[in-house]
Amino acid sequence: MAEYENTGGKSEAPNASRRVFFKQSSALAALAMTPPAAMTAVANGLDEKVAAAFEQMPLHVEINGTMRTLAIEPRVTLLDLLREQLHLTGTKKGCDHGQCGACTVHVDGQRVNSCLTLAMTTEGSQVTTIEGLTPGGPDGPLHPMQEAFIKHDGFQCGYCTPGQIMSAVACIREGHADSPEEVREYMSGNICRCGAYANIVDAIMDVKKGGARV
Amino acid sequence: MTKDTKNPPIDRVDGRLKVTGGANYFADFELPNMAYCVLVGSEVGRGTITSLDTKKAQGAPGVLGVFTHQNMPPIPGWDAPVGGEADGPAPKPKREETYRILSSPKILFDGQPIAIVVADSFERATYAASLVKATYNKQAARTELEKHLSEGVAPKGADGGNYLRGKADAYQSAPVRLEANYTIPIEVHNPMELHGILAHWTASDKLMIYAKTQGVNATQQAMAQAFKLDPKNIHVHTEFMGGGFGMGLRTWPQETAVVAVARKIGRPLKLVVTRSQMFTLVGHRPYTVQTINMGADTNGKLVGLAHAATAETASYEDFTEATVNMTKFMYDCPNVSTRYRIVRLDRSVPIWMRGPGEATGAFALESAMDEMAHKLNLDPIEFRLRNYTETDPEHNRPYSSKNLKEAYQRGADAIGWSNRKNEPGSQREGDWLIGYGMSTGVFSAFRWEASARALLKADSSLTIQSAVTDIGPGTGTALTIIAHNVLGVPLNQIKVEYGDTSLPKAPTQGGSAIVSAVGSAVFDACTAVKKQLTELAIKEGGSLAGRQADELIIADGVLSVEKEPRKKVALSELMRANNLTVIDKSADSKGGSEQSKYSMYSFSVHFVQVRVNPLTGVVRVSKAVSVADSGRIVSPKTAASQMIGGVAGGIGMALTEEASIDHRFGRFVNNNLGDYHVAVHADVPAIETIMIDKPDPIINPMGAKGMGEIALIGFAGAVANAVFNATGQRVRDLPITPDKLLRKLT
Repeated sequence: MAEYENTGGKSEAPNASRRVFFKQSSALAALAMTPPAAMTAVANGLDEKVAAAFEQMPLHVEINGTMRTLAIEPRVTLLDLLREQLHLTGTKKGCDHGQCGACTVHVDGQRVNSCLTLAMTTEGSQVTTIEGLTPGGPDGPLHPMQEAFIKHDGFQCGYCTPGQIMSAVACIREGHADSPEEVREYMSGNICRCGAYANIVDAIMDVKKGGARV
Repeated sequence: MTKDTKNPPIDRVDGRLKVTGGANYFADFELPNMAYCVLVGSEVGRGTITSLDTKKAQGAPGVLGVFTHQNMPPIPGWDAPVGGEADGPAPKPKREETYRILSSPKILFDGQPIAIVVADSFERATYAASLVKATYNKQAARTELEKHLSEGVAPKGADGGNYLRGKADAYQSAPVRLEANYTIPIEVHNPMELHGILAHWTASDKLMIYAKTQGVNATQQAMAQAFKLDPKNIHVHTEFMGGGFGMGLRTWPQETAVVAVARKIGRPLKLVVTRSQMFTLVGHRPYTVQTINMGADTNGKLVGLAHAATAETASYEDFTEATVNMTKFMYDCPNVSTRYRIVRLDRSVPIWMRGPGEATGAFALESAMDEMAHKLNLDPIEFRLRNYTETDPEHNRPYSSKNLKEAYQRGADAIGWSNRKNEPGSQREGDWLIGYGMSTGVFSAFRWEASARALLKADSSLTIQSAVTDIGPGTGTALTIIAHNVLGVPLNQIKVEYGDTSLPKAPTQGGSAIVSAVGSAVFDACTAVKKQLTELAIKEGGSLAGRQADELIIADGVLSVEKEPRKKVALSELMRANNLTVIDKSADSKGGSEQSKYSMYSFSVHFVQVRVNPLTGVVRVSKAVSVADSGRIVSPKTAASQMIGGVAGGIGMALTEEASIDHRFGRFVNNNLGDYHVAVHADVPAIETIMIDKPDPIINPMGAKGMGEIALIGFAGAVANAVFNATGQRVRDLPITPDKLLRKLT
């Protein structure tokens, strides 16, 4: 994978935001070295406000084929970055604790719970979300797994569905879809409260048997 | 309508949106200048806040406000009476204890919101919320139902919680008797989508709400009352809801609070609660203790039946459900009594959860039926057939339709019931004991009032509109099929618009009633369109002039004479000839006098095969067959999905689901999806669903009855009965976890 590959044409030089950060760091250091000023700042609640200026960190990540250069707080999860800042709301929040799988995305080809992934740890990575499965847009051709979910009715309310589909694609790629039993085991991190499990397993087995490239 | 024709199993009409991430749930909407809020919950189960420090939170970066009982903006409607307890925001005080969010330092349940922290980002609001500190004057929280059973009170209502047919104690003198106690724990709906709201005041008296609600009209009404606004000024949108299972059947106090705070800060405001808050702020299935007394003669005929249930509710609100109702009419028994009580505890209020009280009651009744069959040495199906009733013994009137005998037979054939041994513990495969169990489910088939609009355009495309929300069962798909059946417009030219208060009024999605209610309105609106088309065609100078309306049929966008198919006119041509760009018909639909002449119920039968490991006590459901007798199946594909969904929910209810409270503190110890175990892929086998699919001749023009509840009701009993058949051990306290079974097996 080419690092910092820019397919979106929007990336600025990685160093630019790093420079901003260094500049801010020196200001913080200066503040730290002048105790009386710092004490006053703390007393006025300014420590938090000053810190706020330093909370933005540079991040370069390729999302659904587009290189993004971002400035984010280090505590932002990949899930909240996708949903609240990049408007990729197909990825869902179901628990924020890595217990339900609704937020499953691929990072460098591996399925991960984006709620347990600090966005900063995806520096230089390729992230694929449910929106990335249909490069032609939501009205374009569907991924075989999406087709299979519709055919087998592998969902009801649809909320866990993006996570199930991302997980299902990875499940086949990992070689963990050789039998319904194996699929059930390797899909158990993705909860469906409507209980579409039996149909989801059918959809995955159908794609696996059909041999389509996933 | 093609009442006698089975319907096509079409793909879900919103399938593409759902598999591409294009379906927008409330939290997916984004508004300019939107702010985020986070709720801080109390750390005690009962007491009074003695101090509240919000200064640090106020000073944290990005914070726009911290709202507590000391500075909460007013909710004007709380000074006026509001609607029914379960439908509106917190009611006007009418008893010593009431709960109005952030209005007093009093803590009535653990996790009760004590502050709303608003900031310009989710992270900043979350961090600032962690800085809010409270101290409390703690009191002991009463949270354990079993310790307070004697404090049960009869709910308000006509029967005062009691029902009697014949003699209450008849079971006592029966030759074969059973007395058994059953408990179900607190279960939590836990839809995958987190609860919350996005509120936007678009003017000082105009409100736009993206909600997680099962009824946009209900939310509109609740907010109109709370904020003393004309409902017309409140726009509620919930096209997609990530599951509800009942938790969206009311407007919750925190929703009202967020709307009030949004008005105060003057920005659109979004709340998404945490998963642990889902356990305390949006209801649950109440902990319920039941006793069944049953007496039968030696021929297996029921002599007397008594069913008592006591359930928890909140100190501040009475929640009731139909836990004992099934016992009143399910079996032919001359002497039946039921008793229902609630106990007010220091807990947040429950709300109906899929199959609500009926699922709780069915677990007890259908377990007891199995226990009695065993005492009588009868096959459990045979015992049920000996007490089968073709008419409703509670109301002394016929059922609108009941095909339960056929359902027993088809389910038994499908699971291989003949492989079952009546002697428990007598089948083994390797290390595993094998058992079979079955159970009946039943739920009222409602037909509520609903409205819909049909717009047929000159290009022969059809748009159907109704405010109803589709929480997952496939409402849009079912309405598409109903419209297609009436107007013959090809399925791919029908669009259903729903989930918005700008559309014709519809009931809240719940009670398995939507296909019956909204479907009937769609049927009526489309029938009105058809009537106009027919009149245009047969009028003087029309393309089918001189024909009678009842000679004509409509299919594939063409109106034709049934017996002379060459005499026909395309709908688009007919409209063009009459200079019509659109035919626009609305219908308000409700049931008539038939509703009181018949008892209307959907029935289900669940069959399971379980494997029990006697060394570990683990129970696996290895086969499941669910049979639905719910009239004509409108949308076979989504209906089958509803049934398999009930099985998955039923497996959780039977084997794993239990929200546990540490009663010393009145707090949940497993309020997350890692410790509260809903069924996952590995727990659920392939499932066979069977639809009896015979139209109900009475209930509505489609002959369709609901199935959301019956998919779950009874399932847990089938598992308990199968576990007994496998092991000879009866577990009467759900869930059937290995520890309970091992205690009995060793």
